[in-house]
Amino acid sequence: MRVLVTGASGMLGRTVARTVLESGHAVRTFQRGASSIEGVQDARGSVTDRGAVTAAVEGVDAVIHLAAKVSFAGRAEEFNAVNVEGTRTLVEAARRAGAHRFVMVSSPSVAHAGLSIVGDGARAADPARARGEYARSKAAAELLALEADGPGFSVVAVRPHIVWGPGDTQLIERVVERARRRRLPLLGGGLALIDTTYVDNAASAIAAALDRAAEVHGRSFVVTNGEPRTVAELLAAICGAAGVPAPAWSVPAAVARGAGGLIERVWSVHPGADEPPMTRFLAEQLSTSHWYDQRETRAALAWQPSVSLDAGIERLRLWYATAPADRLF
Amino acid sequence: MSPKPTLEPASLPHSHGPSGEFPGLDERWSRLVTAPDSAGVSRTWHLLDNLGLLEEAGRTPTGTILAVHGNPTWSYLWRSVLAAATDAALSGEAEHPVWRVIAVDQLDMGFSERTGVDRSLPERVADLGALTDALSVGGPVVTLGHDWGGVVSLGWAVDHPELLAGVMLLNTAVHQPENAPLPAALRLVLQRSLLAASTVRTTAFLDTTLAIAHPALAPDVRRAFRAPYRSTARRAGIGAFVADIPVDASHRSFAELRRVSSAVARLTVPALMLWGPRDTVFSDRYLGDLLRRLPHADVTRFEKAGHLVGEDVPVAPMMLAWLADNFTVPGKATAAALTEVPDSPAPHTAEPAFRPLWATLDERFDDSSAAVVEMAPRGAPRRSGIRTVSWRLLARRVDDVAAGLAASGVKRGHRVSLLVPPGADLTAVLYACLRLGAVVVVADAGLGLAGLGRAVRGARPDHIIGIGTALAAARTLGWPGQKISTTTLPSPVAAALGVTRSLPQLVRLGAATAAPLRGPDLARSPASTVGVGAGEEEAEASAEGPAEAIADTVAAILFTSGSTGPAKGVVYTHRQLSALVEVLRARYDIGPGTGLVAGFAPFALLGPALGATSVTPAMNVTSPKTLTAHAFAQAAQAVDATVAFASPAALRNVLATPDALTTAERTALGRVTTLLSAGAPLPAPLLQRVQALVPSASIHTPYGMTEGLLMTDITLEQILEAEAEAEAEAAGESGAPPAPVGVCVGTPVDGVELRLSALDELGVASGPLSTEPGVTGEIVVSAAHLKDHYDQLWLTDREATRGTPSAAARPRTAAPPRTAQRWHRTGDVGRFDSRGRLWVEGRLPHVITTATGILTPVGPEQSTERLPGVRRAAFVGVGPRGTQQVVAVVEPTEPTEPTRRRTRRPVTVAAPELAAEVRRVSGVDVVAVLVVAELPTDIRHNSKIDRSALAVWAAAVLAGGRRQRP
Repeated sequence: MRVLVTGASGMLGRTVARTVLESGHAVRTFQRGASSIEGVQDARGSVTDRGAVTAAVEGVDAVIHLAAKVSFAGRAEEFNAVNVEGTRTLVEAARRAGAHRFVMVSSPSVAHAGLSIVGDGARAADPARARGEYARSKAAAELLALEADGPGFSVVAVRPHIVWGPGDTQLIERVVERARRRRLPLLGGGLALIDTTYVDNAASAIAAALDRAAEVHGRSFVVTNGEPRTVAELLAAICGAAGVPAPAWSVPAAVARGAGGLIERVWSVHPGADEPPMTRFLAEQLSTSHWYDQRETRAALAWQPSVSLDAGIERLRLWYATAPADRLF
Repeated sequence: MSPKPTLEPASLPHSHGPSGEFPGLDERWSRLVTAPDSAGVSRTWHLLDNLGLLEEAGRTPTGTILAVHGNPTWSYLWRSVLAAATDAALSGEAEHPVWRVIAVDQLDMGFSERTGVDRSLPERVADLGALTDALSVGGPVVTLGHDWGGVVSLGWAVDHPELLAGVMLLNTAVHQPENAPLPAALRLVLQRSLLAASTVRTTAFLDTTLAIAHPALAPDVRRAFRAPYRSTARRAGIGAFVADIPVDASHRSFAELRRVSSAVARLTVPALMLWGPRDTVFSDRYLGDLLRRLPHADVTRFEKAGHLVGEDVPVAPMMLAWLADNFTVPGKATAAALTEVPDSPAPHTAEPAFRPLWATLDERFDDSSAAVVEMAPRGAPRRSGIRTVSWRLLARRVDDVAAGLAASGVKRGHRVSLLVPPGADLTAVLYACLRLGAVVVVADAGLGLAGLGRAVRGARPDHIIGIGTALAAARTLGWPGQKISTTTLPSPVAAALGVTRSLPQLVRLGAATAAPLRGPDLARSPASTVGVGAGEEEAEASAEGPAEAIADTVAAILFTSGSTGPAKGVVYTHRQLSALVEVLRARYDIGPGTGLVAGFAPFALLGPALGATSVTPAMNVTSPKTLTAHAFAQAAQAVDATVAFASPAALRNVLATPDALTTAERTALGRVTTLLSAGAPLPAPLLQRVQALVPSASIHTPYGMTEGLLMTDITLEQILEAEAEAEAEAAGESGAPPAPVGVCVGTPVDGVELRLSALDELGVASGPLSTEPGVTGEIVVSAAHLKDHYDQLWLTDREATRGTPSAAARPRTAAPPRTAQRWHRTGDVGRFDSRGRLWVEGRLPHVITTATGILTPVGPEQSTERLPGVRRAAFVGVGPRGTQQVVAVVEPTEPTEPTRRRTRRPVTVAAPELAAEVRRVSGVDVVAVLVVAELPTDIRHNSKIDRSALAVWAAAVLAGGRRQRP
């Protein structure tokens, strides 16, 4: 197959492109900059640019759509433009171009309202209940992608939960950098149970969804390692791999949630340079459990994670041990 | 007086408001039906009826449930029954009977017509009959009633024998026992001045009734119950109903109530009673009365439920299950065909001949050697020394007490609750009751006062024999029955406690009247009972002797420990207890001349039946861990004991106090040849230390439960051998069945059959009964000395015999066929090893169901507890069944300095090193290792961790809940 991978500049997009390439498909990548992946054809542009999108999908059999605006903060319009309208443009263009498979990479947050998640399956995306602009826009995007599912155009939504790995700037580096400055507290003793996804597993699940699209189209699947851990243990493992001190102090979860809400409100009026240090959403994510029933995902996609949590941590340790120190900053 | 009733026509509930106003009520069930009433006047009823929906779906009812609400509710009470019956019928499973449900609003109640006519019981019964005639209700009909509606439904039942197929009752009554006052709550309402005010003019009665649900009714449900009673005029029926309670013979409904209650006693159709004992009006007393009338009824008491049992407990599915059990569709495969049991490796030995428990007492009535020895006799002056009771004295006391009890009104079949600590007094009373054919009710003080009270009240004893403190509790807490004290109390005290007699008084009374019982009487020498010139039939009946006649009647109700939910009453017949004695005798060679140290109550009581000389050590019997090495050895010395029973907690304490032993005491312990310990597992190293104290003894740790006291047996040597083999197997080649884990309890004793019912991926024991090794399943047992059934726990009985031949042959009468082999699901989980030994892996509710399969916690816990720094560990599952994650909770040994700060917290995440170690040694992908200062354990054994509660706690903590102690 000729496969278009959007958003291949990120850690997950890059890994997906390589995985699909290795399994024998021809890969074209689509992102604003260069993908710098050997063996793929680069198409550059933004999903908000209809012309660039039309050019990118030309001649492809399948699309894996990862490109998105990912942030804890930001204005609704920005999220909508990229995540909702960008997806709409891409879906329409892909169908017109004759592609017959479309894997929508989504997020478990599209279906949940900030309460703890204990062994749930993949529920329907719900923009009205999803928390935060990112989750709301992704929920709307997943719904419109699945709406396009039909004869000759198989759409599958894959929702990897907390993807991490060497070189991850979203989670790992934020954690490590804060821990290094001893500004990383645990919330509520770090007792919340959270499942995560090592990047290679997320990529192989997405590739599996591409393979199985004809059989499982129209459905959504949450993907994780299936190895939940307490936040305390996860953070300690990550910090241990990076050689920085593990968090040693704890803030009551309720305090953090309150502080997060306050900072969020202030930030929306006086935005800081980067992202707010703590949002209510983030506080909730770090103080309530998030783990999923993986039975259906594994059976439907005929997929198993190949890198265990411990093996993933080991790879992270190697990466930190060999990576040039300046890459950390 | 009640206000003048205003007339109002019947109406449909949903015409009064939006459909959301009646949660759970389907508008399509509601209909108005006009029929003549008892006086021939045309009246309109509102009723719920699922016939329309059944016909729409093309299903023809195979029977009708006729449901009658009480006061002050309406047919809304039965919404879950309508829903469940309709769903079951429409689910399309052809083998299920299709039940039409008709739930009426009685006239002047609910949304039925307000007639303005004062209706009492005779009219109500006739009104209902006229309605079912108008509806052309055909058979079979199962009636269903609650509260005063129970009486009306039973009135209909006895008037329609040609249609009646069964009766179902929720908290109701058909008889006010003589000499018993009306319940106080009712007396209050019945005060003339209060009646109208509480029931009609205000909503006080209505509100009070609706307020007593456990847990409280949801506000919208409460609103729905109140909906038809919003005005004074609409409440007239409530007042009339309360006024219709016949307080005495002069009441206009008295005769009808008596007619119904007498006729009920002649009903032979299946009966089901679901009861909420937390009812201030329809208390257990009325359940007892109903059970005397319908002794074949299936009963379940829900300890936490009250008057509105139908709201407190999901009764509808239970009713449907009961109906399915009792009313099969013709042509349906019989249950027996589905539950064939594979051939036993050790064929079931012939059932032992019945020997009454008191037979030894009779044989040794002239023997002056010791039967019972008390090291610290109760009631005797301190340091007064050992009390020895000879066989002769014991036999005479048993006779005297039996005669005295008989003279005090204790009859065959009466329940006698014994609140007496183990010792000679208890032994005498116990055997006296057995001999009389009275049912002894034995609950352990270890249940605590609340648990003991629940057990005693629930068992509804006719008599209570107890020590002073027990009788004081009985008085304070209102336990039922005639009260008899063990010692003669000063008369003001006796009066205050409601005590009518004492044991010494009984003995005197009995000695004066016991002549007929004394000497070689009928029970003693069966051969003499074949009367000369007796008819052939009579001769045949008596050939077995009168003792044989009571063999299959109930002898005892023993309560479980209650460590897993409310204590359950376990019912044994004389034959079953006799079989237990035989098994003990055969297994441990206990007989005349055996000195028996009885440190474990259930076996202690059987000493006289075994012919052994039993000795009770000086200890607080309600707390086994008070047994010291000294007391243990002294007891052994007193009777030259060769056999000793001690609970695990007692043995632990014996080991902790060995230094005080004298040479003579050590010598006495050296004579013990058999030491038994049962109740909770003991690790082999601990048993090896016990062995040092009793060097000549073979140490046994049998496996059993209140429902079957001796199922398997194993010795210390065999344990060590089994563990060594298991270790070798675990280290051996892969592909072999998984190495056993848990506690090896050996092989079944003679006469016991063991099976496993394999667990499915959801931890449900759904597999057929099997002896296959290496498969984890629920342990299912069968033996002649197994329990008969649970007391008033039909649902529990049903689950305990599910999928066994016993389920198919479930007794419908009080005396099941003697040959029927009984089976029991233990609720324990285990595995057979390749040599047929049973390994117990824990309790069924504690099985963890992960996405990759089931996990029993005991094995990983044992591995984890071997880690340095870990005192105890518990493995529990969090999350939905079938995809649970495993959490280890560990209790450290003495907190070391760095961890002391951590353990000040109610719970912490273990250090990464410890977590890694737990995962490594347990072989389980544990998602979290939590550290707590102390794992909560039960008081009774001080060893059983309540993993179910711990799982709930762990789930809450890991979901981001409050950080609190487990």
